[in-house]
Amino acid sequence: MSTVKIPPVLRQAAGGERTVDVSGATVGEVLTNLCDQHPAVGAQILTPDGELHKYVNVYVNDEDARLLQWTDTPVGDGDTLMILPAMAGGAR
Amino acid sequence: MSPSYQDLLAAAREVIPEVEPSDVAPKVEAGDGPLIIDVRETAEWDQGHLPGAVHIPRGFLESRVGNVTSGTDQELLISCASGQRSLLAAKTLSDMGYSNVTNLAGGFARWKQNNYPVEVPRILSPAQRSRYSRHVLIPEVGEEGQLKLLDSKALLIGAGGLGSPAAYYLAAAGVGTIGLVDDDVVDESNLQRQIIHTTDRVGVNKGESAKEAIRALNPEVQVNVHPFRVNRDNVLDLLEQYDVVVDGADNFPTRYLLADASLMTRTPLVHASILRFEGHASVFTPYDGPCYRCLFPEPPPPDLAPSCGEAGVLGVLCGVMGNIQATEAIKVLLDIGDTLSGRLLIYDALGMTFTELKVRRDPDCPSCGPNADLQLRDYEAWCAGVGSHDPVGAGA
Repeated sequence: MSTVKIPPVLRQAAGGERTVDVSGATVGEVLTNLCDQHPAVGAQILTPDGELHKYVNVYVNDEDARLLQWTDTPVGDGDTLMILPAMAGGAR
Repeated sequence: MSPSYQDLLAAAREVIPEVEPSDVAPKVEAGDGPLIIDVRETAEWDQGHLPGAVHIPRGFLESRVGNVTSGTDQELLISCASGQRSLLAAKTLSDMGYSNVTNLAGGFARWKQNNYPVEVPRILSPAQRSRYSRHVLIPEVGEEGQLKLLDSKALLIGAGGLGSPAAYYLAAAGVGTIGLVDDDVVDESNLQRQIIHTTDRVGVNKGESAKEAIRALNPEVQVNVHPFRVNRDNVLDLLEQYDVVVDGADNFPTRYLLADASLMTRTPLVHASILRFEGHASVFTPYDGPCYRCLFPEPPPPDLAPSCGEAGVLGVLCGVMGNIQATEAIKVLLDIGDTLSGRLLIYDALGMTFTELKVRRDPDCPSCGPNADLQLRDYEAWCAGVGSHDPVGAGA
């Protein structure tokens, strides 16, 4: 099981959870399982074709998954995945 | 019998070679002479010293010499007013193991009599020395660093949640010129977090309101109010007037505009963004570290990018993140320490955790990559159209 950190903008879609434990041997499997558990998250981060939107960054521990093996990056127990969309707020 | 002062000088002369100003002046003028350590008191130093000399008052010599030298075999020339205090200082350094120490015969007085060049240091006024005394005490800042801050110019985009604490602390720190870009006016709902504004300034332009607060805190700071929105027609002009830009914008078009424009003007960009209990911060050093678009190539669609006005924000969070920006801006201006360049700092106030992610330069970055065709675009339209952007070629 990996731990997926849910950013504030997706928490409602993830049932209010800040972290979700998800099974899967790769980044892709974990995200697929996460979106199965919380379809509302999938609606936000996946295209209609089931691909990740370009504005969604995924980090495995402290490293950008794109610089690893992207969705094929192996993950296991104790790894943390962070879904990271940009935030705009400067608090107007 | 205990040695007299004259005995001490004589003993020092036995081991410390003396050089005349004429022996070293050509090298000093050419900038390739020995490291000159001036051991006089501060008031004497302030009147002028040999070019390139470093100042360590005699009383601090033993404790501070290690900070300015590269090793005990470095060539050192010690100077004072007449060559006597420096002779004893040189002897002390020799006792400490410095093997290549000489004394300037006749000291600064003889140097000056021979009309060799003299540097008169810019110094803090007594009032500045008092106001900034806690900075001056820090070795990494010191008087020189404080003078640098006083000469520095910081541009703040937004005088809101992030800009309020950042502007306040940068002004307190003595950053000489602070530019505030904001077209908005103070609203009552701002005061839960925008601490530079006050209840009686509701309705006043935020830049003007912040200027008033800064004047009360530190009247020496020059505040430039830019009461408009930054756009592609004015951004380059604005950035060129400043040494660092602090991004406290509240929308993606402005953030992407700043990201691209700061590359064009090569202005370091200190980034932070906030939502609810969470803050992001980083520093984007043009072409030296990653840029904003290396990290976030494209903005999320509006429903994934609510503003604080829509989603809320913990007021205190603004203070933490705005002050991280002020800290990074000062480090950039002073060129000290390790900035957040290449790192994204994520602060989760609810869990009270700080997480660091690595951010690397993207060789395919559409803004700073080698093949980038960088030009300012219509960021409003671009950000509004993000829903139609191509997905990356990978399944999930």
